[in-house]
Amino acid sequence: MADIIIVGAGTAGLTAAIYAVRGGKSALVLEAVTYGGQIVNTPEIENYPGLYKVSGFDYATKLYEQAVDLGADIRFETVKRIEKDENGFKVTTDQDVHEGKAVILATGAKNRPLGVAREQELVGRGISYCATCDGMFYRGKVTAVAGGGNTAIEDAQYLADLCDKVYLIHRRDSFRADVKEVEKLKAKGNVEFVLNANVTELVGEPKLSAVRVEDKFTKEVREIPVDGLFVAIGQMPANEAFTNVALVDEKGYIVSGENCLTNTPGVFTAGDCRTKEVRQLTTAASDGAVAALAALKFIG
Amino acid sequence: MEPIVITSENFENEVLKSQEPILIDFWASWCGPCKMLSPLVDKIAEEGVIKVGKINVDDEMELAGEYGVASIPTLLIFKNGEVAAQSIGFKPMPALKAWVASVK
Repeated sequence: MADIIIVGAGTAGLTAAIYAVRGGKSALVLEAVTYGGQIVNTPEIENYPGLYKVSGFDYATKLYEQAVDLGADIRFETVKRIEKDENGFKVTTDQDVHEGKAVILATGAKNRPLGVAREQELVGRGISYCATCDGMFYRGKVTAVAGGGNTAIEDAQYLADLCDKVYLIHRRDSFRADVKEVEKLKAKGNVEFVLNANVTELVGEPKLSAVRVEDKFTKEVREIPVDGLFVAIGQMPANEAFTNVALVDEKGYIVSGENCLTNTPGVFTAGDCRTKEVRQLTTAASDGAVAALAALKFIG
Repeated sequence: MEPIVITSENFENEVLKSQEPILIDFWASWCGPCKMLSPLVDKIAEEGVIKVGKINVDDEMELAGEYGVASIPTLLIFKNGEVAAQSIGFKPMPALKAWVASVK
């Protein structure tokens, strides 16, 4: 039996593992895909204290090696369910069943899809969720960005410098993004704002050639020829499998405060998967420490 | 077998005229998920599962464009000079091997 089972090997989960093993307990980390979480997609991190300018990959790899070196047991298995029993918790994966005295859910978040038909099939064929990763493939082409937050505005700015033309498609006419950044984007000569509009259809075979957008008020449909559509409408959690041990809010985030507790004693949560105001690398690391220390206290 | 570095110079000989199926890994040094996938692809090459070639998209933008690569990492398997399968994004080893086996 492991002392602490951690679900997810992103920044929160690996930090929790470091604190758990340094606290003298065993830590089993279960990760479905690969270590590092979302930060792996970031070419350069410039806001992590003490690590001025590091790539997301290098940061994640160092963190992984640090956790392994200190004694964490990291396995690549997909957790299917967690059940509470008399000894603690039974964690069933696609490959094995593990027992633990405490559990930390650090399942992270993923890019929210638009929810339009054929979206999945066109990923890498015109649909992208990462402008800094895929933007260069659209040099000299026409692209659209869907969204109205900071990421969407930054993506559109980045693409405007690469592409012939960029459409910013947003379902409202006001922005969550910083006013200054929106103004900067408006000042670019090759950006067209398509506001109060929703993407309703993706056109093109085998790759994207246009998007159809519907005006929210007039219901008028317009077809915009594009080579690429960058979706930047935020993140979503993936906690469906764990709602029996951790209460989630209407968006699916695990309900928790800064103490990283859940409604089940012995189940803790850390990082982007929980309800919180700020989702940053530093706050994910912070949560990992808080959750692990709470779990150590719980085990006693 | 070591992965082969593929450029526009050797593409025709090593890929299109390859006698056996070849897996091509489109990658770039600034792409985190590419660096995650790269050691797995190296391992497949080393184990002799399939012949492997690597294309750096920063150096070979034309090849990437020609094969419609719009997101990396992208893996293509070529058979008899034609694309037989495409995989986009990181895949863990078991999924990667299963995909190669299903195509090869």
